[in-house]
Formats: sequence, structure tokens, C-alpha cells
Amino acid sequence: MEFKDYYATMGVPRDATPAQIKQAYRKLARRYHPDVSKEPDAEARFKEVGEAYEVLRDPDKRAAYDQLGSGPRPGEQFRPPPDWGAGFDFRHDARQAGGEGPGFAFEGDPSEFFEALFGRAGGAQGRAHRARERGADHHARVIIDLAASLEGGTRTLTVGGRTLNVKIPKGIQAGQHIRLAGQGEQLPGEARAGDLLLEVSFAPHPLFRPEGRDLHFDLPIAPWEAALGASVAVPTPEGPVSLQVPPGSRAGTRLRLRGRGLPARPPGDLYATLQIALPPADTPATRAAYEAFAAATPFNPRSSLGAGS
Amino acid sequence: MTMQSLSVTLGRIVEEEEALNVDELSRLCAVEQSFILELVQEGVLESQGAAESRFVGRSLRRARLAVRLRRDLGINVAGAALAIELLERIETLERYQDSFPGGAR
Repeated sequence: MEFKDYYATMGVPRDATPAQIKQAYRKLARRYHPDVSKEPDAEARFKEVGEAYEVLRDPDKRAAYDQLGSGPRPGEQFRPPPDWGAGFDFRHDARQAGGEGPGFAFEGDPSEFFEALFGRAGGAQGRAHRARERGADHHARVIIDLAASLEGGTRTLTVGGRTLNVKIPKGIQAGQHIRLAGQGEQLPGEARAGDLLLEVSFAPHPLFRPEGRDLHFDLPIAPWEAALGASVAVPTPEGPVSLQVPPGSRAGTRLRLRGRGLPARPPGDLYATLQIALPPADTPATRAAYEAFAAATPFNPRSSLGAGS
Repeated sequence: MTMQSLSVTLGRIVEEEEALNVDELSRLCAVEQSFILELVQEGVLESQGAAESRFVGRSLRRARLAVRLRRDLGINVAGAALAIELLERIETLERYQDSFPGGAR
């Protein structure tokens, strides 16, 4: 198994004080926290840091870990010594040690290395020894396509190594949760199983951008359609409809198609944001038309800049 | 491996369940009820009906986020409220930025 250098993970010397360790943890945790971080490997790094802190913050665990020295030579596999940990009492709930925080700062399993040394006592699963009436709920995040919410279809999701066919509830919004009853922790005996809760986000859709229960898309129109008004065909999740662009429309104006968003209760709206597309002056006829337009139209788009025409 | 057709599990939207009250929310977040009530006082959670009878909108997501921020970063309720507001503002701005074709991202 791979030896974990917890001091290197935390970026602290082996003789760091508890205060230094805590400070290093806080800095790294803010940097790699999956809810906050933009780093690509945030989740894995956060997990490593959480595990390192779990060991180094606890005087017993740290002393036991320090007995191992700085680990095997590069390329060698690590094996815990047979009498390792004798005389230390770290197989208690980490929560008793300090008031502040967690055993594990993440919802995941500790590394093989950690488990070999400390068992699962500090982990999320280790706490409950008393008989319980109900298994724990499990939580996970899933990314689904927008069509699943629009149509309410069945999708195959892989959650924690399990493959599940899930009937996606119609109209679900990003940030909402799907409950799969009885798919959480299973306890032996008569106890009721926990639920599995999936926090939903959407994969990017080529056309529609979801925002809560509403959907947004960009609607390109020609300059004359913007100026004179027009009836244009626009896409909606349920197929094209015709939309009235009012005369004198400006780029960035949003037009609402009521009730054409996600089929939630109540249904969301669909918003078209106008964009004015300019035809290229690449034929003599178009050039002539632009020139005639310019000649016919006294118009200075820069009048507000105060720099002349 | 035997060919076995997977059964289909019916998903329900937690946010639309009638029972998403303080009790259920604290259970779903694995946190004490007083923490949920503090989040209500801080204005982080949206509820419908009298006396926080039912939480709606982004309440569950926000409450779980607040729990994680407290647990992992030691952030208190007021700090979590601010962080959540800022994170949601970033989310909105990024969505807005993404909506410009050929934009900066």
C-alpha cells in the first residue's frame, strides 16, 4: 500500500505545533473545498488534506504516526509493523478530542493507508454502534441532461459504484434533490433502509440555459426585424412557436414565453434574449443597400461619447 | 454475468415533499435543529406557511452547504450566510458570462 506523508500533504515540518497544523489545514481547506474551489482536482486534494489533518490534529494518532518515521524508501511498499500502535488509544471517536470539527472533513472513504493504521473509527461509518431503527441517508451529486427534466425520462446513473436506473422527476431544477427511497444505507435485520439523495445539476445544453425553473436562450434577429418588428420562429422545449418581436427592439432585450420553461409546479418561463446579427456586405447588392441606408439615415451611434461623429 | 434488466427506481423531488420541515431538514443535513433555526433567523432558508412549516426553493442545498462550511472550514452561521450569498452571486455571474458567445471563458 502507498505510504502517506501527511506532513508533506499539509506542507508543514514534522515538528509543527498544533496551531501551525490547524492554520495550514484551514488555508488548504479553503483552497480546495469542493463547494468553493475552482481547482480541477479540488475534491481529491481536499480529501487528502482532511485525512492528513484527522491524523495530525489528534495527539495520539499523530504520535503513533510519527513512530513510522518518514516512510519506506521510494518505490517500496508500505506495511504497518505488527506491533504498531501498541500503547496508543486512538480508536475512539475523533469528535471527543476537539470541540471544533469533524472527524472526517469529507463525505468519502479514508485511504487504504489510513484504514490500515487507524481502522474506520474516525470515519463516517464508524460512529454508530447502537442499534438504529433506520439506515443513514446517503448523498451524492449527479449531472443529468436537461431533456431528463423536460420529459421526465429514465436515466442510468452511477452513484458510489452502483448503477441505478432512475426515473427522473419531471421539472426538476438544478440544485434540487432527487430522493430514491430505500437506496441508502442498508442495516441488517428489520431496520428500514436509508434513502439516497441526489443533488442535481445539468450538463450544458446546446440551446437552453436553465436558471431555476426558467430557461434562457439567445435569439438572433436581423437589423430590420429589430427596427420594424417581425414574427419569427423560435425553438421551445416542446417544439417551435412563432414569437412577435416588437418594433424598435434593442439587442439584449428579453422576451418572455410564459410557461415554456421547465415543467415544474408552477412551470417556468422561457426567455429569448435578442441579439442583432449583421448581414455581411459581401455582395454588390448588399453593399449598395448599406450605402443607401447610410445615405438615408442621419445616425451617429457615438453621440453619447462626445467625440464628434 | 447474467443479463439482468435493472429495475427502475422512482425519483421524487425532495423540495416538493410536504414534510420538508425543520425536523426533516435537520435529519437530511445530519445537523441539530437549532442550527437550522439559526439559518432561518439569518434569512438563509426560504419557508412557506407559518412557523417554518415547509422549506422551499434552495433551502436544502443552502442548509447542506452551510453544514459543510461549518464542519470543514469552521465558519459560523453568519459567515456561512455571507459565503452562500457570494457563491450564488458568482454562479449567476458565471452563467451570465457563459451566455455571451465567444466570451472570456
